[in-house]
Amino acid sequence: MTAARPPVLEVDGVAIGYRDKQQLHRVVHDVSFAIHPGEIVALVGESGSGKTTTAQAVIGLLPANGQVERGAIRLNGVDVAGWSDKRFEGIRGATVSLIPQDPTSSLNPVRTVGEQVAEILRIHRRVDRRLINARVVELLARVGLSQPELRARQYPHELSGGMKQRVLIAIAIALQPALIIADEPTSALDVTVQRRILDLIDELRLAFGTAVLLVTHDLGVASDRADRIVVLQGGRVQEQGPTAELLRQPRSAYTRKLLSDAPSLAMADFRPGPASDASAPDDDATHAIVVENLVHEFTLGGTRGTVFRAVDGVSFRVRRGTTHAIVGESGSGKTTTIRDVVGFRQPTAGRILIEGTDLATLRGEALRQFRRRIQLVYQSPFVSLDPRQTVFEIIEEPLRNFEALSAAERQRRVGDILARVALAPSVLQRRPHALSGGQRQRVAIARALVLEPQVLVLDEAVSALDVTVQAQILQLLERLQAELGLTYLFISHDLAVVRQIADTVSVLQHGRQVDAGRVEDVFLRPRSPYTRELIDAIPGKRNSHLVQTSAPRLLQQAA
Amino acid sequence: MSIVLDGNPVALPRPAVQRWHHAGRALRGVQPGLLLAWLVIATVALWAVAPGVFASYNPVQGTSGQHLLAPGASHLLGTDGLGRDLYARVVHGAVHSLSGAFLAVSVGLLLGTVIGLVAGSVGGLVEDILMRIVDVLLAVPSLLLSLSIIIILGFGTLNAALAVGVASVASFARLVRSEVVRVRRAEYVEAAFGSGGRFGSVLWRHVLPNSMTSVIAMAALQFGTAILSISTLGFLGYGAPPPTPEWGLLIAEGRNYISTAWWLTTVPGLVVVAVVLSANRISVALAKGGR
Repeated sequence: MTAARPPVLEVDGVAIGYRDKQQLHRVVHDVSFAIHPGEIVALVGESGSGKTTTAQAVIGLLPANGQVERGAIRLNGVDVAGWSDKRFEGIRGATVSLIPQDPTSSLNPVRTVGEQVAEILRIHRRVDRRLINARVVELLARVGLSQPELRARQYPHELSGGMKQRVLIAIAIALQPALIIADEPTSALDVTVQRRILDLIDELRLAFGTAVLLVTHDLGVASDRADRIVVLQGGRVQEQGPTAELLRQPRSAYTRKLLSDAPSLAMADFRPGPASDASAPDDDATHAIVVENLVHEFTLGGTRGTVFRAVDGVSFRVRRGTTHAIVGESGSGKTTTIRDVVGFRQPTAGRILIEGTDLATLRGEALRQFRRRIQLVYQSPFVSLDPRQTVFEIIEEPLRNFEALSAAERQRRVGDILARVALAPSVLQRRPHALSGGQRQRVAIARALVLEPQVLVLDEAVSALDVTVQAQILQLLERLQAELGLTYLFISHDLAVVRQIADTVSVLQHGRQVDAGRVEDVFLRPRSPYTRELIDAIPGKRNSHLVQTSAPRLLQQAA
Repeated sequence: MSIVLDGNPVALPRPAVQRWHHAGRALRGVQPGLLLAWLVIATVALWAVAPGVFASYNPVQGTSGQHLLAPGASHLLGTDGLGRDLYARVVHGAVHSLSGAFLAVSVGLLLGTVIGLVAGSVGGLVEDILMRIVDVLLAVPSLLLSLSIIIILGFGTLNAALAVGVASVASFARLVRSEVVRVRRAEYVEAAFGSGGRFGSVLWRHVLPNSMTSVIAMAALQFGTAILSISTLGFLGYGAPPPTPEWGLLIAEGRNYISTAWWLTTVPGLVVVAVVLSANRISVALAKGGR
């Protein structure tokens, strides 16, 4: 990788716009950067920053109403900016290829994995069948799939998410392109899988000398993997430069904000434990949530099918006014656990006490009344708010369910809670689609808080949001806890966030609790190898010593 | 590794292309087919509301000596065997066909929505029983079903409309149920239960409004179908009795003169076709607009 070699990709003063019925909306303004052979360049930005649009333009996959208005996109020195779809077909896969974002929806479900890898070989080169089959197996082995002959005959639904992403990578590298575009290649995957996939991309790049354009919202991932980082905001390049330099001395205010908001890079202190509680008696009365030996079984395949144990003997206690986190990857049973805690389902066995009330004894109206005391905030505010209601109706609804208040009184309560979650009164008459993701999540939190519950359960409540918005919502949650004395049960797969917000934590794997205790203890002295693996997989650690923060880097010690 | 990229992109005259885009966009805003459809429905609706304004002749009382006249200046669409003005009969017939179709769709929409909502939201045994009944209703050809219902209720305009409505309950119920099942799984519905909503109020506030988009489109479609069905029943003699100028009956009566006076059966037929097609077109637009 020398400066003398010409760049594989040169994006030069590119502007891209989308047109709708009325006019042209320019979403990318004057973006320039270059990638040399064997280099990884990360395009970092929040949603709406134009990073995906830029990447789509490079591979000619802009939506039908998008077009490159100005500038040049030179692939190996040839400007492809105005190329037709037909001309792009000749180079896609061969010169530039794509690793898509969501592996679960990017493979054809009715064709075997082998056929789909063979397809790209067949499109671009006429080789005879046996040679192709041999090459397919070789490729699948190359991306680290065990038993590649067997995998080639399997269908996508028989593979896990990480395996599917490996297949997609095999397709992307099949013709050894000069440039691979990886558009959020791991954001749909669990952290441990994420790390292995990124390792694989890194290794393949070293082996083949391929350049990689890594599109990501996660500055932690970018700082671990990229040689250079391009920071985009609102379709403009805020800053670009070598990774180490950019982390050490960020020039733009926006980059500094991103760095301080990224939980994996910011390395905030552990939460100081509530000092007074150490002396308090450790009985049921001091705990808002007590879960003992929770077991939840599902029967698969009809009444006489096999029994699947989703949650297996989980126990934890949460002191009033503190935050307990439940951590685990998909399928670990964390969602099942909280649905039992909130009272949506009855557990198979075990005891759940919320503020001293045993959930199992509640039915019908009593259960409905109980809901006042524990409220749930969902992962995605894009689906948890009724699209036909206005913000006012959404926040008002819980009040109508419980109290016979006058309209004026309800209006006052809604106004109060809106101020608490720091939303302007002007949003009240809007509908959810007219709000940003962060605003929607604030509305969802307001709806949960309007009944003045004692316990708030947050199911991945910040993972669908951009880092800066995520940081704002976490701050809001901290403030609300201090003001209202709330108890939080916080579900997350993101250990960096957990580290920042929680007092105690339970780590779940396959429905079992493999580690539990104070966050500091679990992070610094993990007892199970699984917890250690999770902590190691947190992205952004590799270069986090470059980021200027005053906080001690406890994670470094842990890892 | 060497990659050969040949040639430069063809330089497109960008401004010219953009001008074409502008012109195309301006035209795309107006959909002539949809406009025409609304025009047809509006005209027919006006016929139904104020037939006297559009046609001066008496639709029931014929003028002697003026029978079987071809379309001309004094009788726009000609006259029938009893000397009645065909145009007047078509205009006055609108109210029968439209009100009948309206009633039929209302019956189907209301009963179908209730059945679908209950089945989709309660689930379990109730759903099984309701949906198997719906399956049986769907298995019987709708015309046969309508005829059987009329034979029970007796002949007449009102009964024909009811029969057509009941025959369409099953398809409404099926659509509503599938929508309700989809919406019920939505997180905002669970969230509504989580914030203490009672079953009925959650159905009313969240499930029903979010399920209705495609149901409304289906209702518009059914409106056309109902006009066709009511005309069919009229044609077969199960609907309004003569001398009511109902469209199906007009077609049936005109059939006797098809060799000498083709307009008697052709014109009402074309009116029915135009109204049904218009309802269809509007239904498509509603279905698209709702998404």
